Amino acid sequence: MQQQELIPHLFRTEYSKICAVLSRLFGIEHLEAAEDIASETFVLALETWSYKGIPDNPVAWLYVVAKNKAKNYIQRNALFATKIANAIKATTTEVSFIDLSEENIADSQLQMLFALCHPSIPAEAQIGLSLRILCGFGIDEIATAFLTNKETINKRLFRAKEKLRAEQIAIQLPAPNEIDKRVDTVLTTLYLLFNEGYYSESNDAIIREELCTEAMRLVYLLMNNEQTALPKVYALYALMCFHTSRFPARKNGNGEMVLYEQQDETLWDYELITKGAFYLNKASQGNSISKYHLEAGIAYWHTIKADTHEKWENILQLYNRLLQIAYSPIAALNRTFALAKANGKAAAIAEAEKLRLTDNHYYFTLLGELYTNIDNTKAKQYLEQAVSLAKTGTDKKVLAKKIEEL
Amino acid sequence: MEEYALIMRHEDGGKIASPEQMQQWMKQTMDWIGGIAAQNKFVNGTGLLFDNAKVVTTQGGKPVVTNGPYGDIKETIGGLIVVKADSEEEAVAFATGCPVLQGEGNSMEVRKIAKERAH
Repeated sequence: MQQQELIPHLFRTEYSKICAVLSRLFGIEHLEAAEDIASETFVLALETWSYKGIPDNPVAWLYVVAKNKAKNYIQRNALFATKIANAIKATTTEVSFIDLSEENIADSQLQMLFALCHPSIPAEAQIGLSLRILCGFGIDEIATAFLTNKETINKRLFRAKEKLRAEQIAIQLPAPNEIDKRVDTVLTTLYLLFNEGYYSESNDAIIREELCTEAMRLVYLLMNNEQTALPKVYALYALMCFHTSRFPARKNGNGEMVLYEQQDETLWDYELITKGAFYLNKASQGNSISKYHLEAGIAYWHTIKADTHEKWENILQLYNRLLQIAYSPIAALNRTFALAKANGKAAAIAEAEKLRLTDNHYYFTLLGELYTNIDNTKAKQYLEQAVSLAKTGTDKKVLAKKIEEL
Repeated sequence: MEEYALIMRHEDGGKIASPEQMQQWMKQTMDWIGGIAAQNKFVNGTGLLFDNAKVVTTQGGKPVVTNGPYGDIKETIGGLIVVKADSEEEAVAFATGCPVLQGEGNSMEVRKIAKERAH
């Protein structure tokens, strides 16, 4: 790999590792110091490697530099003397107490994940912090992902870090009796992070896919620890596998969104679908059903393209259950679409009219579709209402096409 | 928004219907509940099994346990769901959609949930 590709690549993978290990050693109140050390390490790499060339083992080089910088920081910082005094005494010439082994990195990142996804931190800030500290995203990349500017993200992260400090959140796994509840908060954040990538209106396709990949990597961290490998964690991973299996088919040659119905299923990634099925199977241990189980079930049925009654009946029943434990307008609309497929349009129209989600353009899109070929005048009215509420160019275009086809 | 219990009173389906018919009723019930949940009006619910049901009464101050069914009434409580509704009328409208009403003599009872006043 050439240097201009290698450094961003290493930054993405190693920055977060160094950050996690050092913050865990220093404590959350020194999170910024850990970030600075990781950043400075990369600045030095950039300077040194450009005239000396890339070392044989770049990662090891980074770790040595990070360790030395960490040691200097500890020695400079009087507050620290008491905190990890014993560790320093024992290793005056060595820096072996800074453990950058694979195992400690994985443990530190997992513990950091729980610290950042603490219930006292607002969800949006949790996602931003996770992207910055656990995924090594740049501020501008986070801003692109959230369709906002750097200042907003900087402010959000700053406030979140203040909060982490004020609440004195420990970088550690929650107590065994709290794990189940705390995992829920972590899963919510990773679910949102994934959705941010999957449904984002950002034009940057690479960043969107990376958001999904990173969300999956973090779920994987949970799956790989005995204490956090809960059925709902497997279920969320399965859901993500099924969704990402459609990535290659979701965009056409012009970069435009291809709707599910029109996708070429030969482009779906069947390896990921098989993987999803494997983890969904693992998720079926235990006796509680999370919303991730139900959503993964729905996503599973969507990996079968054929329009059978069995498929839609199953999807309908899964939505019926999902709505009982986790209502959302989009689930209500999708449930009504499945109802039309399973029980017929007449039944679905009656149910759709009760939803009254009149500020949602998908609601009018659904009504437009249900009335198509039943009452095309009504269908057109609803689709036009949908156009007037639609926010993105892609949505408006899809709707215009539907009206044209009436 | 108040909460209402919608109580289903019906015969033991297992005694009068084939497994296929039971499955069909189950689907209709799930679709009915799903329709309420899609309006974000579902709170919770539970089915009650007829098998091994017991009735406890007292005779001369001593408890007497008998097996169900329940004396002279044919239909009994088969399950209930709790819904949110803006009015009694809305709760009644939800109840009207319940598939148990397809059975002659079955009924739905609509009862407002007693709540402590907000603190």
